[in-house]
This record gives sequence, structure tokens and C-alpha cells, in this order.
Amino acid sequence: MPSYVITEKCDGCKAQDKTACQYICPHDLMTLDREKMKAYNQEPEQCWECYNCVKICPQQAIEVRGYADYIPLGGSVYPMRGSDSIMWTIKFRNGVIKRFKFPIRLTPEGSIDPYAGLPEPDYSKIKQPGFFNYEAKKA
Amino acid sequence: MEKETCTFSYCQKPPVVEVETDFLIIGGGMAACGAAFEAVRWANPKKIRVTMVDKAATDRSGAVAMGLSAINTYMGGNKVEDYVRYVRNDLMGIIREDLVYDLGRHVDDSVHQFEKWGLPIWKKGDDGFSLDGFQARDAGKPLLADCKSDEEREKLVVRSGKWQIMINGESYKVIVAEAAKKALELNRQVTGVPQNHFERVFIVKLLMDKNKDNTVAGAIGFSVRENKVYVFKAKAILLAAGGAVNVFRPRSVGEGMGRTWFPVWNAGSGYAMGALVGAELVQMENRFVPARFKDGYGPVGAWFLFFKAKATDALRDDYCANQEYIAEAKKKYGKYVDAMGTAIRNHFMMEAMIRGRGPILMWTNEAMAEISKLMIEKLGEKEGMKKVKHLEAEAWEDFLDMTIGQAGMWAANNIEPDKVPSEIIPSEPYLLGSHAGCAGFWVSGPGDIPNTPAHWSWGYNRMSTVNGLFMAGDTVGGSGHKFSSGSHAEGRIAGKAAIAYILDHMDFQPTPRENIDELVAEIYLPFEVYEKYKTYTTSPHHINVNPYFIKPDQFQKRLMKIADEYFGGVTTWFKTSATLIQEGLRRLQLLKEDANRLAASNLHELLRCWENYHRVIAAEAHARSILFREETRYPGYYYRADKDFIDDDNWKCFTIAKYDAEKDEWTLRKEPYVQIFP
Repeated sequence: MPSYVITEKCDGCKAQDKTACQYICPHDLMTLDREKMKAYNQEPEQCWECYNCVKICPQQAIEVRGYADYIPLGGSVYPMRGSDSIMWTIKFRNGVIKRFKFPIRLTPEGSIDPYAGLPEPDYSKIKQPGFFNYEAKKA
Repeated sequence: MEKETCTFSYCQKPPVVEVETDFLIIGGGMAACGAAFEAVRWANPKKIRVTMVDKAATDRSGAVAMGLSAINTYMGGNKVEDYVRYVRNDLMGIIREDLVYDLGRHVDDSVHQFEKWGLPIWKKGDDGFSLDGFQARDAGKPLLADCKSDEEREKLVVRSGKWQIMINGESYKVIVAEAAKKALELNRQVTGVPQNHFERVFIVKLLMDKNKDNTVAGAIGFSVRENKVYVFKAKAILLAAGGAVNVFRPRSVGEGMGRTWFPVWNAGSGYAMGALVGAELVQMENRFVPARFKDGYGPVGAWFLFFKAKATDALRDDYCANQEYIAEAKKKYGKYVDAMGTAIRNHFMMEAMIRGRGPILMWTNEAMAEISKLMIEKLGEKEGMKKVKHLEAEAWEDFLDMTIGQAGMWAANNIEPDKVPSEIIPSEPYLLGSHAGCAGFWVSGPGDIPNTPAHWSWGYNRMSTVNGLFMAGDTVGGSGHKFSSGSHAEGRIAGKAAIAYILDHMDFQPTPRENIDELVAEIYLPFEVYEKYKTYTTSPHHINVNPYFIKPDQFQKRLMKIADEYFGGVTTWFKTSATLIQEGLRRLQLLKEDANRLAASNLHELLRCWENYHRVIAAEAHARSILFREETRYPGYYYRADKDFIDDDNWKCFTIAKYDAEKDEWTLRKEPYVQIFP
């Protein structure tokens, strides 16, 4: 179910410091055509349809078309990812529409303080079981 | 064929960036992020430098890039010993029980940290029904970390199986990555280095030390964004570069080739890079063939365990209870049939399919009808229907969190799972050590677990047989069923041990013995080959018919065909034999030689060239280990059709494989299995 970019909507992330879809694609598939200033998926057969390009695109220019191998045309699955939840719209080939909203995180993005309230390491225990903050469970 | 070399006559020589660090983490997935979080805490007071290098963007790299709907390893109120028994049972009796136990006794803390960082975890409401992460917070349910006992935690979580808990996990990896990146930034500030987190740098080889025998000294790779080669020097390295996908030809061979179950970018780099420096591998014959919703690869776990759906063949026979199949299997696989692990269930599914009783169907509609009936009986029409609606959302979330394509598959086929059943099928083979497989490296254990053979622990937990080279997640062999949380915890175990190793070797000055210029030329060889020959034929860039080179996608298809037809893939119903493997290895050898003619026209293709080279090494380790083990240890995953039985007398042991890259020779040996827990 490879991603595709809608020509009219993509602005090549001109106003951003980087091309969002190119930045996020885990398999380095999204790339920018510098002449046209439009992004595209350069190797759809290596696309895992993880939707990370779709979720990150500031212009909502990226969607997914089911793999030609086995997916009939006409359905679609589209997310709107907010800061704490995600909304999905699923359109069936026969026109049925389903919408779902799910939580995605309970803290503001960027707010994690990884060691807040956790102890300093005890080097006398560095070769024993357990983490710096946690004693391993005992039998 | 004449061997090609890169003299930079046709492509430009890239600048080389040297980075000195102490602890280098290769990879950016769950294990790598766990390692960063734990190692930095131990490293900072000692000003030890920690560096992470990821071929993608860490927010969405690794196997959890899409998200997950469950955490599959959480002890809670369960006993760690029982976790060992469960893993042993599912992996046909041969696991490193010391490693599995060690993982089980640590894993819960990683889950508790995830929740503190913001991961929504489902909780049980006062009425016994499940609450999502928001509802649980609004109902004042405590964080798992704040509970007083494991019993209290066990009552709070929503179990989909004995070991699994449900989450709202769309942003699981984003959250875990944020904690790791913050930790790395704290380390950068303490040590004063300009940069210690590199994204879009693909490491392709490890470097060995010139002065110290069998000791790792660094790693080399290239930027996939600009023409630069990176050389990292490090005292210790964690190789957390994932398992191997797209080694075997998948069921969809066109555009859908990338719609694999495990992430398609897991290219066997972890296995290949360790093997190339002579680290010993274990159980590389093991593979995982997940039975999933057909084509879309949607997860079946929640449907089986949480919604209690049943699967049968098309004629409604419960293939796992078919007495004919069971009797036949018992003759070959003995007591392992009774254990009914994942492999055996695949076996029975295929027994039905080959008898013309397919397709195999999961009766999602009946499960939903049953639950709806119960809800309405219990809560009345109005409240009951509300719960049913919530339940439908939960069922869809299972896919939308982790296999979005399955939702698309259903939508395009007008399949509403509460109205009609869906097809399931054993997919294709995957090599991995974190999920329900145990292929990986032979590593040192924790050393404190009674009855463990002394020689299984050689000083530092999760260190491979190469000094200073640590493993975690998919790269640790003989211990599967870690999943996301276990991989994170294992990264932490390895990260801590690596810092202990560095503290014991503070004077060590890593000095790569390899000639860096030669390696740079080798890394860029696909550019040189492409530029040299590209005008010989009229083929445009995307067609590439050329007698002098092979493009990475062409190379990959050749590998997949060999693996599929000779090493027991989909087309042979996972059957192979000694003679088939030998012929496959002959063909693989020629493919290995042709790696010298891989050609890249841009940095993305260079990435794909090196990924596929890694896949070949992983495939060879897999094939040679199947050849060595003269039995069928994992029926349902693969069959040695010439040795179609389980032979505990001779083969209840580990198989250890070692590669000598210079001589291009593999050596295999047996290591006795020791049962530690009754």
C-alpha cells in the first residue's frame, strides 16, 4: 500500500527547515524532486505502509493507495495525528465510512525528563543484576 | 568475472568524518534506545562518551516505527520462571534459559518508564471493562510505577494474554526515542562533544583493533543524505541493527513486496556485521513464519487472545484439534506436538491447506457476536451497545496502531470483521531474535543464575565472542519472546554491561587495523561500477539492463529466489533438504561474488546495495545452520524433508556458526543444551 504525493498539495516543504516526509521515512523512500519541488516515493515496492510520511506531512499531501498486487481500488485509510490523539477515517469501497479516535500520548511532546526522580547509579552494583534505578526481580 | 575495484576514476571520493567515542550504539530501535537511556546514566558521572548512529530517523526507526497495540512482555504478577517455561515451550525446547530469565526479571521497569514518559496503557475499570489511556487517567487510575506491588499492577492492566498488556501505542516509538535522545543530549553536554546522535548514517562494517586480539575498535558507514563516509572509533559497541526481512521471497512479489510482517528495512545488518568479524552465531536455523491475516499481515494475537476468536479451515474443522493430523505429527515430532507451540499450529494449518481445505478462516464475526450478546445480557441494550461500539473501536485500533495496511485491505474488500470472517495464512520466513524467533549471536550471560554452565558467562552480560562487541534485541540468539519491551530492557542490560567493560578498559585506545582508504573505496564501489558502465547500454536509469552490473533490487530478487526455492520458502511449503541447500549455497556463492558488481546511481541505491549484501550473509548463516542440524526442529517454520523428525537424542543442543571472512569459510558446532529451570 505505497504512499503517493498529490501534486497540487505538495509544496516541497519550502517553508520548513527540512522536507518532512524525507526526514521521517524509515526506509529512505521519500525524496524531493528539486526541479519540481515536489516529493515522491522513489521505491514503492520497499514501502511498509507505515504511514509516517502521511502523518507528518504539513500539507496533508500524502496518501496511500493499496498495493496493486492485491488491493481493489476505492478504499482509503487516512489519519489526522494531533498532539495527544489520532483520528482515523476509513472509507470502504462500498462507501461505508468509519471514524475512530485514539489516544497517542499522555504528556506534551518534548516534555520527557528521562531521569527525573530516579536515583544516581551505584557503581558497586554495575556488575550485578538490576538497572541504575531498579532491582531485578528475585525468584 | 574480473573483479572490480574503486579507484575513484568514475565517482568522486567522499570526505571521511572521524568520530571518537567510548560507547557506540549501532541502531536506533527499541534495544538501541534502551541502551542509550541506561548507559548514559552510568556514563555521565565518569564523562564516558555515548554515541548513537541510526540509518533512519530515531523517532520512527526500527520494528516499532509504525506503533504497536500491545506490549507483549510484561511480568506483572506472573513468575519469571513461568516466563522461561513459556518461551522454552514455544521455541521447541532449546533456549538460553539464563538469558531469558535475566530478561524477565528486568523487563517491567522499562514498561513503567514508558508509561511515565507518556505512553497510554489500558487499565481495568471498576466495572471490569477496559479503559483506554485517557479514560484510565481521567478515572484516576495510578501509573504502574506508582503501584505498591506487582499484585496491584496485575489487577490494573488489561491482559490480552498471560504476558501481554494492551496499550494505545501509535506513538510508542516516538516516546521511547524522545527519552533516548534527551539522555544522549545530557551525555553530549557532560562530555562536550559536538554531536553524539547521528541519523541517516548507515553503518556497514565493524572495525577490529590492530593491537588487541579479537577486539572491536569501531565501525564504518556512510551518510545517506550527502557524500560522506563516517568512521567511528569506540571502546565498546552495541550492535542493535535488527533482524532480517525480505531474505525470502514474500507472498506478494510486485508492488506489495514491502508489505512484510516485520519491517522491510530490517536487512540482516545486525547478523552480517557481527558475522563478518567472527562473532559466533546461535540458532541461525531458527526462523519465524507468522500466521497472520492474509496479504495485509494484520496481527491475530488480540483476536485470538482478547476477543477469543476461533480459526478453522474452510470446512469448519478446527485444524489444531484434528486427530488425524495430531497422530501423524506425533510420529515425527513426539511430545512437542502436545505443547502446541506457534510452529506446530502453523504445521496443522498447512496440513489442512494441502488437503484442499483452505482458505483458513478466523471467525472474527462470531467472536464479536458472542461478546456483544454477553455485553447486552450483562448491561442491558443501551449500555451494552455502547460497550460493543467501544469494542469495535478497540478491534480496529489493533490494526491502526501497528498494521494500518490491514485496515486498508479490509476497507477495499468491503470486509467488516464484525460481519464476516477473514482469511489467515502462514506468511514467509523471517530471521529475528526478538519476537517469536531466536536467531542471533551467542552471548555471555548474567553469570549469577544457579546451574548455568560457567562457560556461558565470560565476563560481561550480552557481550558476544568478540571483545567489546555487545548485542541486544534481534541480535541476541537463543532467547526469543522479548518483543518491544524486552528489547528495550535487553538494550539497557547490554548498555550497562558495556559501560562496566569500558570502565575496566579505560586505557584502551581503539586503533582500527583495517586500511580506511581501502574501506572507503569498497563502500563506494557501487557508485564507481555504475558510473563506469552506465552508458554502455541504452537502458535508462530505472530499467538497467546491463551485462556489467546488477542493481540492488535485481540482486535482492535473485537472493529471494534462491532462498525461497532452495532454503524452504513459500513455494516449497517451507520444505528443504541437504541436497537442495547445497545447490542453493552454490548459487548463493555466485551471488556473493556478484556483490562486487552491485551498482548504485544515488545514495538511496547505495543504502540498498549494502543492505542486500548484509541480507546475503544472514541468508548464508541461516542455510548452513539448517544444513548442519540434521532434523526438523521447527516443523511449521521449516522442514528438512530428508530428516523430517525431531531427534532429541542427537540434536537437543544449540548450533553455533562462525564465519571466517578472510577465508570465506563457515564452521559449525554443537553446544549442549542445559535446562536450568525445571
